[in-house]
Amino acid sequence: MAGASPDIARRNNLILAICVAAAVACLPLVVKDVYIQNMLVLTLMYAALSQSWNILSGYCGQISLGHALYFGIGAYATLLLFTKFGVLPWFGMVAGGAIAAVVAAAVGYPCFRLKGHYFVIATIVIAEAGLLLMLNWDWAGAAMGIEVPVRGDSWAKFQFARSKLPYFYFALGLALVAWIVTWKIEDSRWGYWWRAVKDNAEAAESLGVVVFRSKMAAAAVSAFLTAVGGGFYAQFVSYIDPESVMSFQFSLLMALPAVLGGIGTLWGPAVGAAILIPITEVTRSYAGGTGKGFDLIVYGLLVMGIALGRPEGIVGAFSARKRAKAA
Amino acid sequence: MSALLEVRDLTQRFGGLVANADVSIDVRVGEILGLIGPNGAGKSTLFNAIAGVRKPTEGRIGFAGRDVTDLAAPQRCALGIARTFQVVKSFETMSVVENVMVGAFARAASAREAREKARAVLEFTGLGARENAMAQELTPPEKRRLEVARALATEPKLLLLDEAMTGLTPAEARQGVELVRAIRERGVTIVMVEHVMEIVMPLVDRAIVLDLGRVIAEGAPADIVRDERVITAYLGERHRARDA
Repeated sequence: MAGASPDIARRNNLILAICVAAAVACLPLVVKDVYIQNMLVLTLMYAALSQSWNILSGYCGQISLGHALYFGIGAYATLLLFTKFGVLPWFGMVAGGAIAAVVAAAVGYPCFRLKGHYFVIATIVIAEAGLLLMLNWDWAGAAMGIEVPVRGDSWAKFQFARSKLPYFYFALGLALVAWIVTWKIEDSRWGYWWRAVKDNAEAAESLGVVVFRSKMAAAAVSAFLTAVGGGFYAQFVSYIDPESVMSFQFSLLMALPAVLGGIGTLWGPAVGAAILIPITEVTRSYAGGTGKGFDLIVYGLLVMGIALGRPEGIVGAFSARKRAKAA
Repeated sequence: MSALLEVRDLTQRFGGLVANADVSIDVRVGEILGLIGPNGAGKSTLFNAIAGVRKPTEGRIGFAGRDVTDLAAPQRCALGIARTFQVVKSFETMSVVENVMVGAFARAASAREAREKARAVLEFTGLGARENAMAQELTPPEKRRLEVARALATEPKLLLLDEAMTGLTPAEARQGVELVRAIRERGVTIVMVEHVMEIVMPLVDRAIVLDLGRVIAEGAPADIVRDERVITAYLGERHRARDA
């Protein structure tokens, strides 16, 4: 009986996640190529980011195409706090997360009154406004951006010039944390309430769900995790400018893995990222300098393929089949 | 018997249209009250005002000794008012038990507790065997039951049923009637808006008839069906002509 004991199904899922994480953690033993290690870091990072995006857009149904804003806030908060005030990146990432959560609530306050496409458009516009703001904010480096001052390899300062591996393990940890947060939320009051809000807000209200507050909570959690990912990315690339962390492309790159893998599912973002990011990196390197945007064409084709063949995403298609078999 | 719900001088205007005019009703603890009237009589408007979907233009609504006029739907649910929808609004991407858990979380602290409560309610409403089906796979009468189950999971004092029997076959409607009676046996007060007279009249303790936004009659079903104004307004001139 599938689903007869959800507790056991959930425990099995957790065991699977830990096994997958352990297996991925062993990859550097065989993967010595720095280029591929770099790709693995990005794959894990986008798995984490997409998982975060999925909390607001997948579970709560509020499609955001402005998550680059929170990503940028995390990246800037981490680097600015370090370069201006000497705050270690570990605290900077958490501070960035907290700022992003507050901004998400502030953005959500007017925007969550909008529905459907209007909400999506508002998220895009606000992220673009954030980008423009950063382009003109001199103290934060404006269009020139800011650099991580080189202080030698150090865990405390979270910078490593000689090896990708510390970044790899951090990204893996972040992806696992984002997964576990989602896993935990999925079987909690918020998890059920968010899905109810997505499916039918009016019915949810009649059952005691304060829809507005639910959306705000989802946005705050989602933005927090996204900003931590942004802080990590800033440390990883060690130089940021507004275009390189807040452009619309990041918002898309956070949404696409979840859409491809299965929006509103636990495994969708990770599965989507594992397929999408390597494809991107490979097409980007093969297409060379002329290929800017070519990776986006590949995404477009993939998403169209999914939309036509399996609108519920890869994971969604899989669980539908499992249910059909159980019934 | 004391009043659980008190509606006082409720008026609802939409622009120039007056959907409810000076409606005052009492709902007594433990009764089944029928809210009837022809199309456009203002039943749904009144229903939505009680459920907290729309604030009335004028008038007050009291529930369990509290003024709830300014409270939104979720807060009214927390106080013990639950409703179903005329056009079913299931959470389509969730399973049957998950649908009911959403309601159960109004009182449950943990997912485990919510799931247990939801299963008990599903058992009670006759959907126990369907708990793992997706809501979108249910038949229309099952979906109606799910609406009721979800509302019951919030452990209401007052249950508002909006045309819960509409679209059911006579056999299904009979089962629905049994369910409504069983719910009342559990101590839940019920207000039902219904079109199908043959169903409402034997079931309700009392009926209130609305026409053109006003209460035109109130009383025991047997008296209501003989009331001249009701026959004219609700059953129509044609019906009266045949009786005469």
